[in-house]
Amino acid sequence: MVKALKINKDSEQAVIDLLKLLLEDNRIKGVLTLKKINKKGDVAYTLITRPDELDDAVPFYPLMPINAGKLLSRFTLKGKTREPIIAVVKPCELRGFIELVKRNQGNLENLFFISSTCGGVYPIKMAVDGVVKNNLSRYWDAVKKNENAADLRPACKGCEEFIPYTADMTVDLIGKNDLDKQCVILLNTKNGEQLVRNIKLGEFIEGELDKEKLDKLRVKREKEKKKIFDEINAKINGIDGLIDIFGRCIGCHGCMRVCPICYCKLCEFESPDSEYTPSNYELELKKRGGLRVPPGILYYQLGRLTHVSISCVGCGSCEDVCPVNIPLTSIFKKVGESVQELFNYIPGRNLEEDIPLITFEKEEFAEIEE
Amino acid sequence: MEKDKEDFMPKILAFLCNWCSYAGADLAGTSRIKYPPSVLPIRVMCSSRVDPLFVIKAYLSGADGVLIAGCHPGDCHYEKGNYYARRRFVMLKKIIEEIGLEPERLRLSWISASEGNRYAKTVTEFTEKIKKIGENSTKNRIFL
Repeated sequence: MVKALKINKDSEQAVIDLLKLLLEDNRIKGVLTLKKINKKGDVAYTLITRPDELDDAVPFYPLMPINAGKLLSRFTLKGKTREPIIAVVKPCELRGFIELVKRNQGNLENLFFISSTCGGVYPIKMAVDGVVKNNLSRYWDAVKKNENAADLRPACKGCEEFIPYTADMTVDLIGKNDLDKQCVILLNTKNGEQLVRNIKLGEFIEGELDKEKLDKLRVKREKEKKKIFDEINAKINGIDGLIDIFGRCIGCHGCMRVCPICYCKLCEFESPDSEYTPSNYELELKKRGGLRVPPGILYYQLGRLTHVSISCVGCGSCEDVCPVNIPLTSIFKKVGESVQELFNYIPGRNLEEDIPLITFEKEEFAEIEE
Repeated sequence: MEKDKEDFMPKILAFLCNWCSYAGADLAGTSRIKYPPSVLPIRVMCSSRVDPLFVIKAYLSGADGVLIAGCHPGDCHYEKGNYYARRRFVMLKKIIEEIGLEPERLRLSWISASEGNRYAKTVTEFTEKIKKIGENSTKNRIFL
């Protein structure tokens, strides 16, 4: 049991009201949240300081235009924010940010986090087509019923990490029948508790997540995940399978740009060094008698796999932006989880846990040496 | 076909750490210990200098095997480099396995500066193993 704030209002509206009050009281100076950018219903992450700008905020909109962890890293990269800011993010976004902070690519100071039990999000393509808004009522019905909404991104359908690990406040959404009448915000950390102390909104109660109910969803998601992984396993089968899957890659590097784990400023794959010179071409052609153009697609994808998989949070961004529909997240998540399992590591779970590759035990993996 | 296999001399890329394994390879040479001419050594300052990318690149360029060799645990010139290398290798091998490539083409060995024999033995063994597996098929692929 933790302290919780119960507000008798629609959950999304309750959170907006809370954020407004926090801004008005000067307890925080800014809010990062999803906000409608036009009447059509397009949304974007927005940093807000004026309370009335929160009117058309949609903190729990089922869309991830870009992983907010990556955004937060961009504006805390050169130092902490000087004013307290609160961010409403999804669990995987928070985990992505924690992984970036571990890599000195962000600063947690003066940041507060509201997250929620997450019902998943729709593909960006649906937002581009403008059909997300038609699905909203169905989405929330599914969340209420503790089910996966139809047409979610594969990454979300099979996601078992839908409970945030390090959020200051967790809004209980999944499986809450009355989420349009009542909002329960769990205050997980001292910081979170302090932030809303004596606030004139709702009432303070003791609360906790309904583990049993959430486990039921986890079982459904596990099944879904197994299905996705099995499909991928059948496709990835040696070099032929890899060529099959990655062969249509156009080398736009979009997956890399949206990935919350890919942070290198001097990326190997974008450096002039990895550009093929005429003599490179000659050499390769002499050897192979032909060469795909642009070359190095597998090198890029497998290389990224070795760099990212240890910390892949499976947020689904890469797959979401891929213009040629390569099932990137499914592959990266499958490989990522198997690697993370070796070190009993869940990326973004805890800031204190070192990334497995920068630490070691003296006595381990002795059998790997031959 | 059988004869082809007999004649096949694998190309093995070996990343040898400057302080132990490279000196070990040197010792094998100066001691005139015989081992197959299958190895292309690359000297690195430490086994932990080997970015998994190097191995991927080697694999896709058609290397039949990749050997990473460093100081025995506890003996690293930089105290802990080989421990990092070991973790990275464990990860890399898992990834290669998960995507259906051939992890048996990768090998991690600890070879000290005084173990010329061990170096020769490692290379001989690994070469024999690769001969059994056969050529790396990426060599002839054009869609990479």
